[in-house]
Amino acid sequence: MERKIRVLVAKPGLDGHDRGAKIVARALRDAGMEVIYTGLHQTAEMIVDTAIQEDVDVVGLSLLSGAHMTLFIDVTKLLKEKGMEDVLVVGGGIIPEDDAPKLKKAGIAGVFGPGTHCDDIVEFIKKNVKR
Amino acid sequence: MFDKKELEKIKQKKDEWVKNTYSEHIKKHPERKKKFENLSWNEIKGLYTPDDISQFDYIKDIGFPGEYPYLRGIHPTKYRGRLWTFRQFSGFGSAEETNKRYKYLLDHGETGLSVAFDYPTLYGYDTDHVMSRGEFGKCGVAISSLKDMEILFNGIPIDKVTTSMTINGPATIVWAFYIANAENRNIDRRIIGGTIQNDILKEYIAQKSFIFPPEPSMRLIVDTFEFGYKEVPRWNTISISGYHIREAGSTAVQELAFTVGDGLEYVKWALKRGLNIDDFAPRLSYFFNAHNDFFEEIAKYRAARRIWAKEMKKLGAKKPRSLLMRFHTQTAGCSLSSQQPEINISRVTLQALAAVIGGTQSLHTNSMDEALALPSEKAARIALRTQQIIAQESGVTDTVDPLGGSYYIEWLTDKMEEETYQYWDKVDKLGGVLSAIEKGFYQREIANASYKYQKEIEEKKRIVVGVNKYQMDEPIEIPILKMDEKGEERQINRLKKIRKDRNNAKFERNLIALRKAAESDENLMPFILDCVHSYATLGETCQVLRDVFGEYVEPAVY
Amino acid sequence: MSDIAANVLKGDPRSIARLITLAENNDPVATEAMKTIHEHTGDAHVIGITGVMGSGKSTLIYELTREYRKKGLKVGIIAIDPTSPFSGGALLGDRIRMMELATDEGVFIRSMGTRGMLGGLTSAVYDVVEILDASGKDVVIIETVGVGQAEVDVVKIADTTLVILVPGLGDSIQTIKAGIMEIADIYVVNKADRSGVEQAVAEIESLVDIACSGKDRKTPVLTTVAKENKGIIKLVDEIDNHKNYLKKTKMFDVQRRKRYEAELVEIIRKRLMNFIFDESTFKGKVELLIDQISKKEVDPYTAAEEILGKILK
Repeated sequence: MERKIRVLVAKPGLDGHDRGAKIVARALRDAGMEVIYTGLHQTAEMIVDTAIQEDVDVVGLSLLSGAHMTLFIDVTKLLKEKGMEDVLVVGGGIIPEDDAPKLKKAGIAGVFGPGTHCDDIVEFIKKNVKR
Repeated sequence: MFDKKELEKIKQKKDEWVKNTYSEHIKKHPERKKKFENLSWNEIKGLYTPDDISQFDYIKDIGFPGEYPYLRGIHPTKYRGRLWTFRQFSGFGSAEETNKRYKYLLDHGETGLSVAFDYPTLYGYDTDHVMSRGEFGKCGVAISSLKDMEILFNGIPIDKVTTSMTINGPATIVWAFYIANAENRNIDRRIIGGTIQNDILKEYIAQKSFIFPPEPSMRLIVDTFEFGYKEVPRWNTISISGYHIREAGSTAVQELAFTVGDGLEYVKWALKRGLNIDDFAPRLSYFFNAHNDFFEEIAKYRAARRIWAKEMKKLGAKKPRSLLMRFHTQTAGCSLSSQQPEINISRVTLQALAAVIGGTQSLHTNSMDEALALPSEKAARIALRTQQIIAQESGVTDTVDPLGGSYYIEWLTDKMEEETYQYWDKVDKLGGVLSAIEKGFYQREIANASYKYQKEIEEKKRIVVGVNKYQMDEPIEIPILKMDEKGEERQINRLKKIRKDRNNAKFERNLIALRKAAESDENLMPFILDCVHSYATLGETCQVLRDVFGEYVEPAVY
Repeated sequence: MSDIAANVLKGDPRSIARLITLAENNDPVATEAMKTIHEHTGDAHVIGITGVMGSGKSTLIYELTREYRKKGLKVGIIAIDPTSPFSGGALLGDRIRMMELATDEGVFIRSMGTRGMLGGLTSAVYDVVEILDASGKDVVIIETVGVGQAEVDVVKIADTTLVILVPGLGDSIQTIKAGIMEIADIYVVNKADRSGVEQAVAEIESLVDIACSGKDRKTPVLTTVAKENKGIIKLVDEIDNHKNYLKKTKMFDVQRRKRYEAELVEIIRKRLMNFIFDESTFKGKVELLIDQISKKEVDPYTAAEEILGKILK
């Protein structure tokens, strides 16, 4: 049966830099995925409730303000609380080297910085999507 | 520019050159690419000669520096007289930490300050607001009250140093903090100098740090124009910015067209209010990006100056100063790579050189580590040194507009101007700037350009050193800025203390007066100043305006 | 009854969401669940909302929903955007203007790509309407973009169809003339704070006068400024009026019957196509016939008759 990967691309927090989020959203669409874009300024609750309603396979978080250690982890915590462990979470933005392993430990399976190829993100999702 | 006979001769010679020299040469040594394109996807020829600019009238179209149409510069002597202002955009963590960094930069030869605020501040939230979670001091300094502003500039001679503040949605309030701080230090508001960015149109178009819907936002901006020329005459009340449009992925031509188009839109709103163009226009300033394509950037700055002078004249400006496009430049943050970060120093050098040759009035050079985090002290110092090398060692400052008269540069300048007017026609057809924003025109143009650019990098049609060629697998050895972990707590305690200690009756009265004024069409600056003088916080003051004006939600464009 | 069906009936968001996914993917689990929930459907008022890009539909739906929520009604929203014919992917961004509703337990929003053929609605929309209805939503809103087959298809599902226009968008009236005139039960001229609103309303009304002459109900033309929440209460009233009108004239059941007819046809069509094109034994035969058509050994009609003959046997 036809099975499309559904991805939620979300911008948590106050950061307005959406160039990367939009490019990734387009690239995922061009790779055949259904991409739901939240727009800016989302709280963790909004992102997680949307992920539930849209029954997405993947949540992609984009943040360039540096607040990723708080806001990304808020999302993974809440997903877990609501029993959505089977959602693959990836994140991108201005993320210092030291933070990446901590994010991975907190459930952000893939961390992508500036200069990442969209193809790499597509590949990562296709390989790691959990259901 | 050339007499007809001479031009004929040159053309004839060129045809011969193509036939005998060029064509023969490429048989053995073909060119590297079939087609050479700049960053706006304009095709660039292998050679430019006088017949590419044969239509030009030197006196009318190019002219002399310090004279209309100001293509070659707004000052007759340019950097022979005074160098540009070395103004490094900077701010992080708490006011205390950033104050220290400012003093460090001034000690190392910086000549102007430029404040980066954190996201809560940019959105008019106090540090203890629920939406501020995780953002304190992250990409700028947190300023929630006059108290923070006092600390930020403690010990800095703000009667001598000028300060630029990147603030838009709550620009009126943050500017009021600055003015109030000066007044509390017994410095007359008439002598302080600086800039507030205050450019909301590019927020809707690209940067997305907006608060209120367009109409009330435009009203606030015109309020600052009016208050500025009457009360704070040395202040630039706006910095009309292409920087963020470019960072969002636009081409150089789009940056030029959208930005100068925004500038004219502000002028039209101010004229509608009944202001006299020659009163406020001298305090309008610009802010451009300096990206990788060296010549295209230089042509962009030159074209911008000429277009602005022409259009301001059309709108009735009489004073020469009203026609001058004064601009700040920042090198392109989006061009930096997180891979092999040290090579960013070379990128920044080239970009900064383009800005200087293009005639910028002030300059920020990015630090090598900015694709990873906020700049460390050392990285920020090297960035500043880069400017000093260009200024003191390269010799490019010895003559005015050194590339003026280059066949290529003059052709490209003209081409960019022509394409700017084409974009404006499209915007007019969509019903003007605000309508084009609402219809997502700019946003779509930028999203398309940025996607195309990204695809070309991934397909290696464009090379980014260290990213899609000459990659290395090496650990990154750049020290990352660490912030004071106590800063946020200190800030929140400070807010609590302010709310307790201030004269709350006076504070309430001032907020009520502001609300009433916001509902009328009075100039809000005096009311906002009263509020901040009585230690109303940023969030409290902004909330009054949020209640009256509502909040903006962007159209869905990707 | 399966767990998932039982949980949908309880209104559990995760189960609703998962069943929609299964239905979209033509999963047999969904088919079984759909069979059991049908008897629990029929109460929701299904509203179709269509209009050109930039007419402010999403904002209007946001405001409408807030109004329904004030009345204590539960709302389901299906936001449909086109699937790219090239990649099969889709960018679904209609939620952006509705994100404030995301955390409201009385609202369930689902974005869908058209996926289906010929630009029409994906057949799963029928399922999604039934699922949301069965989950206890009082109102189900279907949003589509543009003026194509999908918009006409919406009418087959919706009890009440709204066509959204804006003043000054010169092509609005042309749009109506071009064929969606018939589908509107209510016209809404949104962004009515813009100039040209009187003219737009007058033009639509004159078209309505012609179309509705001799009928007992004249299609109302309303004005709204969704972003300022103006005209929304009146719109909600008109939507209710339309439902009452349908009930009073017994048209409600007639229309519902049409919807079930369309749904039945769609299920049969889908099953049949799957049977012909997806079953391994049959597919080889189809490929062979296509080769023969290419070589002019057989004509397409004879080939089709041969396939249908095999099925009907």
